[in-house]
Amino acid sequence: MTSTIVVPAPTADDLAAEAAALERTWAHRPGVIGWLSTTDHKAIGRRYIVTAFCFFLAGGINAALIRAQLARPEGTLLGPDTYNQVFTVHGSTMMFLFAVPMMNALGIYFVPLMVGARNIAFPRLNAFGYYVYLIGGLLLYVGLLTNTGPDAGWFSYVPLAGPAFSPGKRVDIWAQMVTFTEIAALVAAVEIIVTVFKCRAPRMSIDRLPLFVWSQLVVSFMIVFAMPWVATGSTFMLAADRLVSTQFFNTAEGGDALLWQHVFWFFGHPEVYIIFLPALGMVSQIVGTFSRREVFGYTAIVLSMVATGFLSFGLWVHHMFATTVPMLGESFFSAASAMIAIPTGVQFFCWIVTLWTGRPRITVPLLFVLGFAATFLIGGLSGVMIASVPFDLQVHDTFFIVAHFHYVLLGGAVFPLFGAFYYWFPKVTGRMLNEKLGVWQFWLFLIGVNVTFFPMHRLGLDGMPRRVYTYLPGTGWGTLNLVASIGAAVITVSVILFLINVIRSWAAGVRAPDDPWEADSLEWATSSPPPSYNFVYVPVVEGRSALWDRSPERPIVRGLRTDIREALLTTVIDARPDSLHRHPEPSIVPFLAALATSTTIIVLIFTPWGLPIGGVLLLFTLIAWGWPSAKDHARQLRAEASEPA
Amino acid sequence: MMNLTTLWQGAHDALSPGGPAAAAVDGLWKFLWITAAVVYILVLAAFIYSALRKRRDTADAITESGARLAVMIATGVTVLILFAFLIVDFGTGRKLSAAEPDALVIDVTGHQWWWEVTYPSADPSLQVTTANEIHIPVGRPVVVRLHTADVIHSFWVPSLAGKRDLIPGYPGRIRFQAASAGIYRGECAEFCGHEHAKMSFLVIAEPADSFAAWLAGEHGPAAAPATESARRGEAVFLEGRCVMCHTIRGTPAGSRVGPDLTHLAARQTLAAGTIPNRRGWLAGFIMNPQRIKPGVLMPPNQLSPADLHALLDYLGSLR
Repeated sequence: MTSTIVVPAPTADDLAAEAAALERTWAHRPGVIGWLSTTDHKAIGRRYIVTAFCFFLAGGINAALIRAQLARPEGTLLGPDTYNQVFTVHGSTMMFLFAVPMMNALGIYFVPLMVGARNIAFPRLNAFGYYVYLIGGLLLYVGLLTNTGPDAGWFSYVPLAGPAFSPGKRVDIWAQMVTFTEIAALVAAVEIIVTVFKCRAPRMSIDRLPLFVWSQLVVSFMIVFAMPWVATGSTFMLAADRLVSTQFFNTAEGGDALLWQHVFWFFGHPEVYIIFLPALGMVSQIVGTFSRREVFGYTAIVLSMVATGFLSFGLWVHHMFATTVPMLGESFFSAASAMIAIPTGVQFFCWIVTLWTGRPRITVPLLFVLGFAATFLIGGLSGVMIASVPFDLQVHDTFFIVAHFHYVLLGGAVFPLFGAFYYWFPKVTGRMLNEKLGVWQFWLFLIGVNVTFFPMHRLGLDGMPRRVYTYLPGTGWGTLNLVASIGAAVITVSVILFLINVIRSWAAGVRAPDDPWEADSLEWATSSPPPSYNFVYVPVVEGRSALWDRSPERPIVRGLRTDIREALLTTVIDARPDSLHRHPEPSIVPFLAALATSTTIIVLIFTPWGLPIGGVLLLFTLIAWGWPSAKDHARQLRAEASEPA
Repeated sequence: MMNLTTLWQGAHDALSPGGPAAAAVDGLWKFLWITAAVVYILVLAAFIYSALRKRRDTADAITESGARLAVMIATGVTVLILFAFLIVDFGTGRKLSAAEPDALVIDVTGHQWWWEVTYPSADPSLQVTTANEIHIPVGRPVVVRLHTADVIHSFWVPSLAGKRDLIPGYPGRIRFQAASAGIYRGECAEFCGHEHAKMSFLVIAEPADSFAAWLAGEHGPAAAPATESARRGEAVFLEGRCVMCHTIRGTPAGSRVGPDLTHLAARQTLAAGTIPNRRGWLAGFIMNPQRIKPGVLMPPNQLSPADLHALLDYLGSLR
């Protein structure tokens, strides 16, 4: 029934004609409206990456303020009121506006390319998700800059975050910022799941998925199951307690203060792995490429990621050992927390064997992978330590924990991310990042992270609680805090070097070939940067390493229509051609729908009237979303007329 | 100056245990960090060596089945280490939760940002209430029952034991024991708002007889002012706004919003471990508490110099 057949390589003329036709159909539209209307996953992904990186810088500025304030005892740079806003916004930014969106962003950009798709599934939803995320992030910073920044911590424990102890709108801004990011993460997860399941190139069966795509798939399912919990907790219960005087968390009225912690951490713990797993996927890609062999233990790594995904939902109580959870229950969560070291260990061992049996080339991306190993391992091992209830009761809520999770998140996510930036920058921009600057940046970052966070282990054991805006001179915490602050300055220099490298290279870097690293996955099979339609001919995949296992015939998909945005859908497991699908045209409506959604959420900070007002706005935009344009209709009729019966 | 501050700061280091609970965790910590260090060095060395090692092409290449065996052995060793970890961990946990029949019971209530300390007694007139300072007898187990008046706090004396949260509706308890006499500093460990950083307390462990003497002294009402100036100070206290929040037993002042001041002069610190209990610091705190502890719920006071000195004389007499 499908018009797709597999035929030998096309001639150069075929290629040029096909590319020109595709370019006409898939081209970006000009002007501001065109810019806001794009549904190209690469344009949206690029914006997502740049936005998430800007939030990384903003969160970094907050961190620098924190370290400046804590460098000496009785610091006077920030008062407690400002400090509490700054540390809350730092944590909220890094978790909700940098880490998760950055992982989603790389998924949005690379998953369609790596599976050989023309575009992401649900491209309009994708654009919608980006604008929702952007507006939510800006809301948080409008709050901070107008002295309405949230100040109850990124975890917003009630009753401190409840109406009685946090009057005003600060915590409402936090709760609704979370709403924005929930929506954005959920839609991205749905798009990635469908893209991976249905939009793969023919014969990229599920056991041929690149490991980064597997990590994105696992994480997308985790988002689908974790995000509704924080939606229930913050968007509904906390916001309702604050706005319309429900009493979910008010003990005096029969509510429950501990309920919040269960709901929050049932989301919050998987959240850490939502950040961490895609980073492991990046490490697998980089290790494979630069070892010049397929990653050892593909099945073991995939199963490890899946296992981590499941286990991560059974750990949340280890954030609550100091509450009044029964001992027996705590020991279950202790064992589960220790157990998660096993799948991570398996992946480490597989990478070691891959490097051992390969022929590694030491490049900047691989350097960052080595830095990941050196740094993340410390966080992983201290993570096993704090799985112990008696030990955790000493270090819980101290700087030891600050050290632990910065080792996990900087080591486990930011090191691989920098590696991935060096790895994929040529694909996104068509230019290489400067290697020499990259080596400098790597060493400064490695030294800076360790000088900043290693002393914090000792500070925590020496009795320094977290989230303090200052400390007294007699505590003896001054020296190590000063060392940590100096380390933070080194990190700052490293990040500035990276920025300089990006700006210089983007403007005038060495031109990148299509496949500068001789890598094995499909994103390297198209030009750098890729054209709007990704591939002139969608390749047919012949092995797990799509490019290395290619036969000399290089089979491709031909016969897809080029006058409409047609794409091939394949079956979930074997990726056999299944049906033809038409991607929607660019549209301004997702942007308008994002505005309507944002209006709803922001008005809800102030009055429940946000629901009816926003409901009406959303109704109009959703009708417009589904409204077929006359031009589309005519084209559809032509398409049907030309289809063989 | 430094010596003077450290004197009232007290010990606060989980690695210099002052009692059996903290000592058990300190022992656990030694096991944990030594194991972790060995694992770290081995795994990282393997990682870096495998990336950097010089290759003699085919000669030293291991086979796929050899590699599979290596991964399986490494995973098996990981599992064994984690089991050893759990055994040591649960053993420590059991030790810490053994029943203590003869324990001294103390009630602690967290407030934004200070600690109310009560020694309960079957006879209500023998109940003792103080603030930010917990006296305990050396060598006797102590059970602290934890409550909160407002938000979540967490009770933590690193040199003596781990921590326990104070959660509305969930009364908690924590046990510990001081092995030797000394001053141990405690902190609020759960973020609780503006002055979370300045919500400390002292645990003063003393021999049983001096503890008993202290407790007996605390039972009594405040001493009646003896000097003219102190009598004027009492009037300033009772006729001013102080009485709106504070209790001084033996006087009409009986409000429970702020700390009980009945034996204020006998304490080592003011403002929950923030400043030493000395006349000048007390004067500064009374006149403008927001300067020392910004956000604290106590308002600034405007007193004439004579009234202030009288009030300081009076408060200084409350031993």
